[in-house]
Amino acid sequence: MSVEQISVFLENKSGQLADVCTVLAENGMNLRALSIADTKEYGILRVIVPNAEGALKVLRGAGYTCKITPVLAVEIDDRPGGMARALQVLSAAGISVEYAYAFISHKAGCAHMILRVSDMEETVGTLERAGIPILETDALLEN
Amino acid sequence: MERYYQPEIECAPVEKIKEWQNEKLVRQVRHVYDNVAYYRNLMQEKGVTPDDIRSTDDLYKLPFLTKADLRDAYPYGLLAKPLADCVRIQSTSGTTGKRVVAFYTQKDVDLWEDCCARAIVAAGGTREDVCQVCYGYGLFTGGPGLHGGSHKVGCLTLPMSSGNTERQIQFMLDLQSTILCCTPSYAAYIGETLRDMGYTKDDIHLKAGIFGAEPWTQEMRRDIENMLGIKAYDIYGLTETSGPGVSFECSEQTGMHINEDHFLAEIIDPNTGEVLPEGSKGELVFTSLDKEAFPLLRYRTRDICVLRREKCSCGRTHIKMSKPMGRSDDMMIIRGVNVFPSQIETVLMKQGYSSNYQIVVDRVGSTDTFDVFVEIMEAQFADTVRELTLQEEKLAGDMKLMLGINPKVHLVQPKSIARSEGKAVRVVDKRKLHD
Repeated sequence: MSVEQISVFLENKSGQLADVCTVLAENGMNLRALSIADTKEYGILRVIVPNAEGALKVLRGAGYTCKITPVLAVEIDDRPGGMARALQVLSAAGISVEYAYAFISHKAGCAHMILRVSDMEETVGTLERAGIPILETDALLEN
Repeated sequence: MERYYQPEIECAPVEKIKEWQNEKLVRQVRHVYDNVAYYRNLMQEKGVTPDDIRSTDDLYKLPFLTKADLRDAYPYGLLAKPLADCVRIQSTSGTTGKRVVAFYTQKDVDLWEDCCARAIVAAGGTREDVCQVCYGYGLFTGGPGLHGGSHKVGCLTLPMSSGNTERQIQFMLDLQSTILCCTPSYAAYIGETLRDMGYTKDDIHLKAGIFGAEPWTQEMRRDIENMLGIKAYDIYGLTETSGPGVSFECSEQTGMHINEDHFLAEIIDPNTGEVLPEGSKGELVFTSLDKEAFPLLRYRTRDICVLRREKCSCGRTHIKMSKPMGRSDDMMIIRGVNVFPSQIETVLMKQGYSSNYQIVVDRVGSTDTFDVFVEIMEAQFADTVRELTLQEEKLAGDMKLMLGINPKVHLVQPKSIARSEGKAVRVVDKRKLHD
């Protein structure tokens, strides 16, 4: 049920983001989604790309500390309250979200939310019971 | 008028000092050989017996002891007296987490305190003085050493230990302390805090300070002297030989007189171990002549300095050592605490980190900053800030346990630490510590 996300450790210095994106670009990797968690000293870049294994290899080769993190991709309505509803369902089930980010889908009226949660299985069950669609990698990348 | 704590010893003719040293060395070698199997083995390996040591001229025949020996022999391997005869231990952190533990009989404590008393009197101390001791108390030798010396002189002793600087200054004002004993960086910090509290040197009654346990420059000395309105005296020592008071400065301030009746000093080439002639720069080696419980023979201090026996205007005849000018190993002194890069490395290895790290030490105002940069590897990489912050805190916490002082740990990208011949540059010390 999960989607592979690439997480990259970056120091909080100017040019770091440009450098890592350049490495991916030079290897023909298209970024489907991106989010950054940052502190004063470092950041964690999180990206979804079509070929996660390939991207990992390329980034390792360029000397980055990176890993594949399984995350959940959820389809939500692209309207006010679309994301809130999904999160309320999780909150009501006592599931805490470690991080989340969202982006618009190519499919009209839809958006995608990426979630990292501590208990993946429980989250999947909870979302399914609430009728919130969970996307496999292919569906996420196509739409 | 120069005053002495034990004038008959401190101003004894050089021939007399040599005579004492010869007698004491012969006796001490026998004591160690008979009671310390570890050193006896070292002597046997070198084919030396106590009979070969007839005077200090034979000292070169004896094997050296190093910090590694102290670690190997921990805790009792170098003990020369039954534990029942010992009354005290003091300790310093070791290079791989094992501490160095030194044992004292009552006589050992007495002679150590005598040495500190000589330093206090050389700085002008009398029984009329109020001596504020702000070295750390406890296992660290700084507090107990100067405390004991202050008692022997008969000063009113304020056992403050370090920290709580505003309270230190309040006591200094209220009880009119005249002598301050602490690390030079703490003395500078007290000076800055005094100013911040709205006082000047005219509001306090200090006349002298006895500062040691870390390197400091002449420039720092002048700054402290000006801020506090005192004369600042250097003191030197190490736990392995007893603690502070192995040598101390007199009014001439041109080096520290070594208490030669208790400690026999040599300068050697750190690479070959060869004894160098007087006036040469090299590694300082001490032999304890009187210590009963923990009598180290030819202990390599790793401090680089010069010994000179010149007539001193203070009247003391004991040989003088220069301020240490560096180390023959990679030890740093940060906030008065001995730190080896290998200790940092041990913590990193235990937690699965790479050995690509860098220690950066600097001095901001009078306080040492201590930062450890660690290249993160995939095995340690977690993709949430919370987990990475916990990892940094765990590393800093374990380093604090190992060293006793708290570094700031920073995770950095692989290969981001400067390399020298392929290896990460381990230590960047930006402080100016030596003249």
